[in-house]
Amino acid sequence: MVEFEFTPEQRDLRAVAREFCTERFAGPEVRRLVETPDGFDREVWRRLGRDVGLLGLALPEELGGAGAGLVDLALVAEEFGRAVAPAPLVGTVALAATALRLAGDDGTAEELLPAIAEGEAVVALAATDDRGAWAPAQPTVRATRTDSGWRLTGEQAHVLDGAAADAVLVLATTETGTGLFAVDGAADGLTREPLSVLDLTRRLARLRYADVPARAVGEPGQAATAVAGARDVAAVVLAAEAVGGAQRLLDMSVEYARTRLQFGRAIGSFQAVKHRCADMLVDVEHARSVAYHAAWAQDAGTDDPRVAADLATTVTAEAYLRVAKNTVQVHGGIGFTWEHPTHLYYKRAVGDAALLGGRAAAAERLAAAVLDGPALGGVA
Amino acid sequence: MTDRDRVVETARSVVAEHPPATTPQRAFLGACFDAGLAWVHFPEGFGGLGVAPGLQAVADGILQGAGGPNPFWLNPMGYGMAGPTVMAHASRELAAQLLRPDYVCDEIWCQLFSEPGAGSDLAGLATRAVRDGDTWVVTGQKVWTSNAHKARRALLLARTDPDQPKHRGLTYFVLDMTDPGVEVRPLRQMTGEAEFNEVYLREARIPDAHRLGEVGQGWHVAMTTLMNERTAIGGGSSVRGSGSIGTALRLWRERPDLRTPALRERLVHLFARADAARLTGDRQRAEAGERIGPEGSIGKLVGAELNQDVHEWCMDALGVEATLYSGYEPRPDGSPPPVEGEDRQRMFLRSRANTIEGGTSEVLRTILGERLLGLPGDLRADTGRPWSEVPRG
Repeated sequence: MVEFEFTPEQRDLRAVAREFCTERFAGPEVRRLVETPDGFDREVWRRLGRDVGLLGLALPEELGGAGAGLVDLALVAEEFGRAVAPAPLVGTVALAATALRLAGDDGTAEELLPAIAEGEAVVALAATDDRGAWAPAQPTVRATRTDSGWRLTGEQAHVLDGAAADAVLVLATTETGTGLFAVDGAADGLTREPLSVLDLTRRLARLRYADVPARAVGEPGQAATAVAGARDVAAVVLAAEAVGGAQRLLDMSVEYARTRLQFGRAIGSFQAVKHRCADMLVDVEHARSVAYHAAWAQDAGTDDPRVAADLATTVTAEAYLRVAKNTVQVHGGIGFTWEHPTHLYYKRAVGDAALLGGRAAAAERLAAAVLDGPALGGVA
Repeated sequence: MTDRDRVVETARSVVAEHPPATTPQRAFLGACFDAGLAWVHFPEGFGGLGVAPGLQAVADGILQGAGGPNPFWLNPMGYGMAGPTVMAHASRELAAQLLRPDYVCDEIWCQLFSEPGAGSDLAGLATRAVRDGDTWVVTGQKVWTSNAHKARRALLLARTDPDQPKHRGLTYFVLDMTDPGVEVRPLRQMTGEAEFNEVYLREARIPDAHRLGEVGQGWHVAMTTLMNERTAIGGGSSVRGSGSIGTALRLWRERPDLRTPALRERLVHLFARADAARLTGDRQRAEAGERIGPEGSIGKLVGAELNQDVHEWCMDALGVEATLYSGYEPRPDGSPPPVEGEDRQRMFLRSRANTIEGGTSEVLRTILGERLLGLPGDLRADTGRPWSEVPRG
């Protein structure tokens, strides 16, 4: 696997994903979906899994997946990002499926992963505390062992796809440390409150657990590793989505600058606008490089996967935000309206920058790896 | 065997048969040239293997990884610009004559393009070449010429027809710098050094056989040179932490006394930008077909602005130490200032030129906007007018 060289099969995969997204997540459809209670279309999700086979790409073949890698998943994510598609790709396919895969619990993995791959099960990874902070050292949900099994009590905020999930994977405190627990979405004692979100295309929920029956997933010692590994995969998926979204914004901006006339000229002929577009191009190209690199780092070991993931978050989050801001500016007044698609992308960029602990935390981890410790391979 | 395997095998056998540690530089470079590793995408017999240009990085990784010299640093204009231009536009006889001495650094090259009256508007240049039988007689003034004082040969762009619109009246030549009509004067810059020169041409003579491309096609030929220049300047290295960011990372490591949280925050973002630029170069090379096009301008644009920001960070980190500089006294060309550590100040000052040389950042953003994004051109005052009628000054 040579870095940055896609196989013909991967190019075909991208084409399939683009065609699907173009067909199923066109602008008016995205606007319709964000008005629905779940925020996405379950039938479309099933088709993505069962018929098109995009949801199990990175899962092992024996668990209903395609046994491909993160490079393949990143290509699909890029197309989702281009369409700003409202769908539980990050929450279910990246976060929950990876945590399940890494948790060391074959039984639960065999039960849930094939259902995720088929598009039958939407699973959320609830790894926040009651204020929404990612992966707390002391989770605010407590798991207690009773005669009739584990019970969960407590609260979590900002759980991605938490309201719509058929099952929730919960990071909870036990007497012996933190552990992961599986909870049925319809379980007694579980209250799910959808939050009013700034990014309408990603749903967050507050989950309240009042003595909720749960099943322990894997060994308690594995939970932190599984959650961190899930974050690394989801960071790459988010980065790839940002690449697709930023590229779409650049395309829109260039098209507008070519056709919008002021002072008798296309505004793109003015250097002030042209150079802004050139800066957007640089941002998109850099974002693409670090996102793909992070995917290859996980699949082929071309870099330390965590360094590559944190680099990808740091660079793509900034690039996506800047491209989105520039898109509003290039479009002028129309770019500030509700009817124009730009705000969906802009808010996506704002929201993504805060997910999974946020881009500042990623930059902090990158600084710790590159500046605080011994020199990284190749770093002077 | 794939092309990649062939490059790897060839490079390994050159290193095995001519260990860089014990082989004189000229002999090592000669062996690389003869093995086709000089410019791997050139035809066999011309320093290449006829394979994709992206594989040059594979060859360089092995040759330079074993301690071999970097030909770009030894002869930047010769390796980065003259070679590709000569290969693309010279007759096979002339190419065969010029390429080997270029690569093994028997002949250093310089580029006679910019003039006092033609910077960003290079096609507006005024140096005249007039035909006299089988030779051309050249008169004019060039400026910002790196290495002119060391160069045996020059890439020269001159006006052969002032009555055509500016792009159409240019012709491209290879000039012998030892011609008696060539005078080189050093040009002192803000660092105190004289890395560049002014070159005065007074009836310098060039045989017609040393013309590259047709008469009047000089702009087309010059595009080959400029695209290679921008790729070479901006191409960067695929080694993490090399280049200017390495200077900052070393300073951070070696001087714990300078560290502050604010500097750390800035440095990690500079590192992220540098690494994104590095990976973008890697990706472009992996995706490059026969030649890197205008997307090569991305690396040049980013590299220049990043260098400036990195060196500014170093100055901030050094604090009051940065206010000293011993580099204004005359000293051997290319040597650091006499006081240890003050090369950082020199590099900081030097980086000011990065956003001007080899295409200003303004010109590069315009190229990205128009050539890569397809945005419409600006209104121009000189389009279609004979060069002789265009206002200058």
